[in-house]
Amino acid sequence: MSDIQRYAAPRSLEEATDILRAGNVTIFAGGTDVMPQMKTGRLKLQPTLMNIRHIPELRGMAQAQGTLRIGALTTMTELLNSDIVRERFNALWQACDHFASDQLRNAGTIGGNICNASPAGDTLVPLLALDAKIVLTGKPNGALTSRTMPLAEFFIAPGSTKRAAGELLTAVELPLPPAEFVSEFFKFGTRPALDIATISIGLAARRDRKTLRNVRLAFGSVAPTPIRAPETEAVLEGKSLDDATIEAALAAAAKEIHPISDVRASDWYRRELVHNILQRMLVHVRDR
Amino acid sequence: MSATVDITFKLNGVERRVAVSAHMSALEMLRDAIGLTGTKYACGEGECGACTVLVDGQTVNSCLMFAADCDGRDLVTIEGLVTSPIGESLRKSFTKNGAVQCGFCTPGLMVQASHLLEQHPHADRAEIQRGIEGNLCRCTGYKKIVDAIIDAEVDVA
Repeated sequence: MSDIQRYAAPRSLEEATDILRAGNVTIFAGGTDVMPQMKTGRLKLQPTLMNIRHIPELRGMAQAQGTLRIGALTTMTELLNSDIVRERFNALWQACDHFASDQLRNAGTIGGNICNASPAGDTLVPLLALDAKIVLTGKPNGALTSRTMPLAEFFIAPGSTKRAAGELLTAVELPLPPAEFVSEFFKFGTRPALDIATISIGLAARRDRKTLRNVRLAFGSVAPTPIRAPETEAVLEGKSLDDATIEAALAAAAKEIHPISDVRASDWYRRELVHNILQRMLVHVRDR
Repeated sequence: MSATVDITFKLNGVERRVAVSAHMSALEMLRDAIGLTGTKYACGEGECGACTVLVDGQTVNSCLMFAADCDGRDLVTIEGLVTSPIGESLRKSFTKNGAVQCGFCTPGLMVQASHLLEQHPHADRAEIQRGIEGNLCRCTGYKKIVDAIIDAEVDVA
């Protein structure tokens, strides 16, 4: 186990970004990913361990200018108990509802789920479908500076993101959806609780009778990172959701996913799941 | 040697000051540094719930929590549950229903059940099953555990 030379629990974003600027920092909030990864040796801790739970700027949810801003420290339980998430961001609410267990939902944060960058991360797929942006804050020139990036551009590989070492993920921003908006999430695992997704699918669109517009489709556990599926979205965009369109979408999706075989499922099985569950979701959205 | 962190927190209603190693989990602190061994170590990775404790009124897996993160917080373990009315009725109903087999999952289950009943005093069978999904019983005695929690509800309500 690597030695931690310094433990820091900053009380402000200013203080936290100063610590990050000094370099060699492992960040944690709930600890639910960092702790087991540290114990198994999968994560080599940096000399400084920084607890970001006391930074007020990372807390709370607020609506402004057509956007819902979710602070990075918001827990899965807080999202699950949020009226606006339940009423307007159904796919995200469903993902939180299927997230691990009560104990883990009470501790795990949305910022942590994103920065852990697992291809199976439960909230990542709905967030991609909901067009989430993330806010990264650092102090490159001595002054707090934030940049905003679409979540779809954030992931590089399992556990690897475009967050610079001096940056903190401070918030997630979701555009408030228009009227007649639908969003759905489905996660397949062998048991409802505490399972890592074999595959997951997030779908969001504006529905105009049987036609979907502004279609956004995302998949989890079928590639090294959670992915958007632009080709499949294009097949669905503006078309009546008849059987032929659904068949064409399923064929397009099969080309966009690149699953592997591992302990949870084979490549073949994941492909079957994506085919069958995407079909079920599209029929559900059409007929409901 | 990892850095040592001095922390102050409330443990079962009593203020405690402890020096912990920065990489130590809250579970290791409770069991090894403080000597409260009611909270169990089983899987060590958040899958089984044997180490469940209350932190600021919410249940967490103490094996996944950094001990240093207990600073300033309010912890209640199975030992602290004894003095609460919900803890008392759970103790009686677990005994009456034979909800304890090997007993290893029992402390975590009782802490989780207390949290569940605090939030949903009239939870039905399905809601109870959902509420304890993060707690594994290797003896698989789930039916009696759920029976016991339903029984405790009558007492609590």
